[in-house]
Amino acid sequence: MIVAIASGKGGTGKTTVAVNLALSLSGDVQLLDCDVEAPNAHLFLQAEPAGHEVVGIPVPEVDGDLCNQCGECSRLCQYNAIAVLGTSVVVFPELCHGCGGCALVCPENAIREVMRPIGVVEEGHARNVHLVQGRLYVGEALVPPLIREVRAKGHEEGMVLIDAPPGTSCSMIAAVRGSDFVVLVTEPTPFGLNDLALAVETVRTLGIPFGVVINRAGSGDDRVKEYCAAESLEILLEIPDDRRIAEAYARGLTLVDAIPDIRPLFASLAAQIEALPPITAERPAEKSLAHVRP
Amino acid sequence: MKVVVTSMGEGVDSEVDPRFGRASKFVLVDTETSETTSADNSAGVDATHGAGVQAAETISRLGAECLITGHCGPKAFRALQAAGIEIYTGASGTVAEAIEQLRSGDLQRSGGPDVGGHWG
Repeated sequence: MIVAIASGKGGTGKTTVAVNLALSLSGDVQLLDCDVEAPNAHLFLQAEPAGHEVVGIPVPEVDGDLCNQCGECSRLCQYNAIAVLGTSVVVFPELCHGCGGCALVCPENAIREVMRPIGVVEEGHARNVHLVQGRLYVGEALVPPLIREVRAKGHEEGMVLIDAPPGTSCSMIAAVRGSDFVVLVTEPTPFGLNDLALAVETVRTLGIPFGVVINRAGSGDDRVKEYCAAESLEILLEIPDDRRIAEAYARGLTLVDAIPDIRPLFASLAAQIEALPPITAERPAEKSLAHVRP
Repeated sequence: MKVVVTSMGEGVDSEVDPRFGRASKFVLVDTETSETTSADNSAGVDATHGAGVQAAETISRLGAECLITGHCGPKAFRALQAAGIEIYTGASGTVAEAIEQLRSGDLQRSGGPDVGGHWG
């Protein structure tokens, strides 16, 4: 069972829900922190490091002796990552998406692919949680290839939670696609509602069943609840707007450890997740781009 | 010398377009013969990424030896350098005025990108 915790708006409490849900589940759980531009579940879990792997994407390298500047590679590339400039062909690795098309169309076989590191996948253990996180190198812009590598670490069996990046763009899709259920975390504010509606539309397009968690419940207005009622969305959990939660979070503590009366809320969410119907359909396999093709 | 000026329209009376990668047009002026032609930059304007690289490739193909524009970012700068094209930034007014500024030495040759890069 793969359960993704996502949201349209950032800062609604995805990581809080993911970490506290993971600790509230009865058995071992894998938590994949796919928010690779700002992975922070490790701050709360204090996991023991247990592995580290550099991830890259294949980028072209041109053999100047074989290249005749025909420009086939440049015409193919939709990202302008390779260009014929005067008598040389110049590669702009930061624009390359690693599709490998330039090497395929080159009539002179002058292009080979080399790995360009974009980030790391790190693993660790804390209590019942096996944490896997992606960490994109500073200055890198290509997020989905690293998210796919984190996803590829997900176990076939057992419970896998995914902490998704915020928004509804390709990075969120890369984290959520192929999961069995999505928990959409929102807050009762106009921004929360606007971005929840976008996330609902996205997850419906992906065809994945989902439910809603309202964080800081009681702090804003009733429009999120009215929207959920109008759209027949299930509200799985409401986390109250409580100063003690903010204080625990600021200290890097989990809510289930720091605030005993919050435990039943996450126990209820965990019970609902564990009661989800078993998955029978074949899942699409995630394709790995980490290794240069021979 | 063949000089390309980024411009809002065709011909030497058009205004200089301060953008390089997404300039509307390129006006190519041969400073020896004063022969002038204009070229389209729809490939750069429509590019989702790397408009500056695309534009550098276009003017390299036009045979440009020198570029006059408003601003030039880091990837475009690298591409233009690889193509051996001299870069003059900070131009304004019409294309004809920009060529005149180049002739009278009023334009500063660019030693590096003058604006930051961007994504998408």
